[in-house]
Amino acid sequence: MSKHNHAAPVRAPFLSAGTKVLAVIAGLGIASYIYRLFFGLASTTNLDNQYPWGIWISIDVASGVALAAGGFTTAALADIFHKERYHVIVRPALLTAMLGYTFVVIGLLADLGRYYNVWHPMLPSMWQGNSVLFEVGMCVMIYLTVLYIEFLPIVAERFKGRVNLPGVLRILNRFVDSWLTVCDKYLTRFISLFIIAGVVLSCLHQSSLGTLMVIAPTKMHPLWYSPISPLMFLLSAIAVGFPMVIFESIISSRSFRIPPETPVLSSIARYTPILLAIYLGVKIGDLTIREAWPYVFDGSLKSLLFIAEILLGVVAPAVLLTIPRVRRSVAGLLISSSLVIGGVVFNRINVFLVAYQPLYPVKTYFPSIFEIMVTIGLVAALVLVYRFIVMNFPVIAKPPTTPAGVRPAEGWLAESLREVE
Amino acid sequence: MTVDRREFLKIAGAGSAFLLAGEARATDEPQAIDCGQTYGVLVDTVVCIGCRKCEWACNTEHKLTDLPLPSYEDKSVFQRHRRPEHNAYTVVNRFFDPNTTKPYSIKVQCMHCNHPACASACIVGALRKEKQGPVSYDAWKCIGCRYCMVACPFQVPAYEYKEPLKPQVRKCTFCAHRLEEGKKPACVSICPNEALTFGTRQELMDMAHGRITASPEKYNNYVYGESEVGGTSWMYLAPTTFDQTELPKLPDEPIPPITETIQHGIFKSFIPPLALYGILGLIMHSLKGPEQEEINV
Repeated sequence: MSKHNHAAPVRAPFLSAGTKVLAVIAGLGIASYIYRLFFGLASTTNLDNQYPWGIWISIDVASGVALAAGGFTTAALADIFHKERYHVIVRPALLTAMLGYTFVVIGLLADLGRYYNVWHPMLPSMWQGNSVLFEVGMCVMIYLTVLYIEFLPIVAERFKGRVNLPGVLRILNRFVDSWLTVCDKYLTRFISLFIIAGVVLSCLHQSSLGTLMVIAPTKMHPLWYSPISPLMFLLSAIAVGFPMVIFESIISSRSFRIPPETPVLSSIARYTPILLAIYLGVKIGDLTIREAWPYVFDGSLKSLLFIAEILLGVVAPAVLLTIPRVRRSVAGLLISSSLVIGGVVFNRINVFLVAYQPLYPVKTYFPSIFEIMVTIGLVAALVLVYRFIVMNFPVIAKPPTTPAGVRPAEGWLAESLREVE
Repeated sequence: MTVDRREFLKIAGAGSAFLLAGEARATDEPQAIDCGQTYGVLVDTVVCIGCRKCEWACNTEHKLTDLPLPSYEDKSVFQRHRRPEHNAYTVVNRFFDPNTTKPYSIKVQCMHCNHPACASACIVGALRKEKQGPVSYDAWKCIGCRYCMVACPFQVPAYEYKEPLKPQVRKCTFCAHRLEEGKKPACVSICPNEALTFGTRQELMDMAHGRITASPEKYNNYVYGESEVGGTSWMYLAPTTFDQTELPKLPDEPIPPITETIQHGIFKSFIPPLALYGILGLIMHSLKGPEQEEINV
């Protein structure tokens, strides 16, 4: 695996002003989460019989899955289409996907009334092949397993031959070590099977997430109700994959004070306008065929939200990223990728919450403080776990120009603003 | 990173066998229930006097509340619109005929659809259409995802949000336990005015159209539930159109085929996913050149 050779654990102090703030937010979120597990949905959420699904589904689960799409899009680009130069971002994207899906499941558990039954869909006696949710659940579960398998070689690379567990766990040292050695020796030979499986599984459940609300044709606002919703979910997930990798790469390099991989990020950003344009084209075609255009311009709150979603989340970043100057600047990349990410989250909230029109609404749903704290807390916790892992495992590539452990030259921002190639 | 062709086929084969087992299981769901022979109830809102005894019978049968029967004579509840709740599987609401301004009452509860969207949605098969007609719920299987509530076009299932550890989806059971004993549902048994009639769905449809023909001046010529979302076990007659009532205007097509067609299309014998796997494998294999050097950036 020579192509990963320059990935190394990042050396930095774990605690910084930013991580302390995140730790407080994560702590509040975890406290709210535990409170929910024992005191129920009524005491923590604003969900009712009119609105059975809230932000834990639309943001934690639906948006979480979409934003973890960087994992499979990057793997497809670098490993399947062999665009070797993108290998530096494969590992960060893989880690984001792995943690993203893990936190999707954690978030989902908070929403499930009987979270301790979450394993039920695995029992063949309860398989329900007609259920869209069953397909989503099985795919997510298998894909999460695949992601952990894909991460194993990174663990092996780091700890093979130097497993040194503390205390009584010492007796496991040799066992774990030989197991990692086996992983390193054999798993890496078959890893491509898992990589392809990961891409296929992603395509399946990313699209199936879009089928979920299709079961409520009479309750959905026509702007978001479409029989090809699964296709649009898949296309938007593919489109948000690279912006997510770009965003996260810029943020982590800024946080660790290492120069961002600007050339690679600029280069990968070239795909985004094309992917967004395909998504937009399908969306326009869908509106036209369903004759839903009048709803776009009827001036209602929902129509304005729809317009905002498309203009800010799709059109604006697509236009921005076609401009080479924007694509080659860190600020430009950061802003454009944030727009795409925000647009996809906006879309998922619109589909799962805004478009859902209960038959007998008494009041509109707005998330409770507990719901918001759990959602924000999980994001903060994810960032902290990500930070911990990249500081202990070879995930992020060492800056090619600076030797390991050396603080980079000041002014990398200015440097990266220079035009590249 | 070499893929041994034999290894590849072996793993792909094992995977598809596993997935095919899932599909075989998925297709043997009970589909062909003869909906004419399932049981149903005809709710005649022209005959209904709004006494709410059905509410009492239901609450008592299912031990939901222990309020005495006389307390149901309170008609002030009609001032607000009520919906079935986790502790009230059926409620009676009052509406006014716009032509005659006379009041009439509509009892609402689970419609027990012929093709229930909730059962199609349910991730673990906790909800299912029984041969006798009820859409039953198995709390033991339920994971509490509430997708059934999203799916229900009548918005009937209610959730025990206040129950911290063992919440259930609650809705009319069609008194399935009584049907098994050969008894009528509790609400039908108590109805003093024969506003509720229990029978096979075919009998009830004949009866409904018979009543309309016999007294066209009393009835609006429409049987609600005969064709809505593919037909429901519970059906309604009313003095006027249903537009003013809480019974939603729905298309005749059943809901489950919409999503099931998409899902079963994507998973048709697992050919599309396996084909995608194969294509990606081919791309991966053919694009890789041994001389391809890593490009440093």
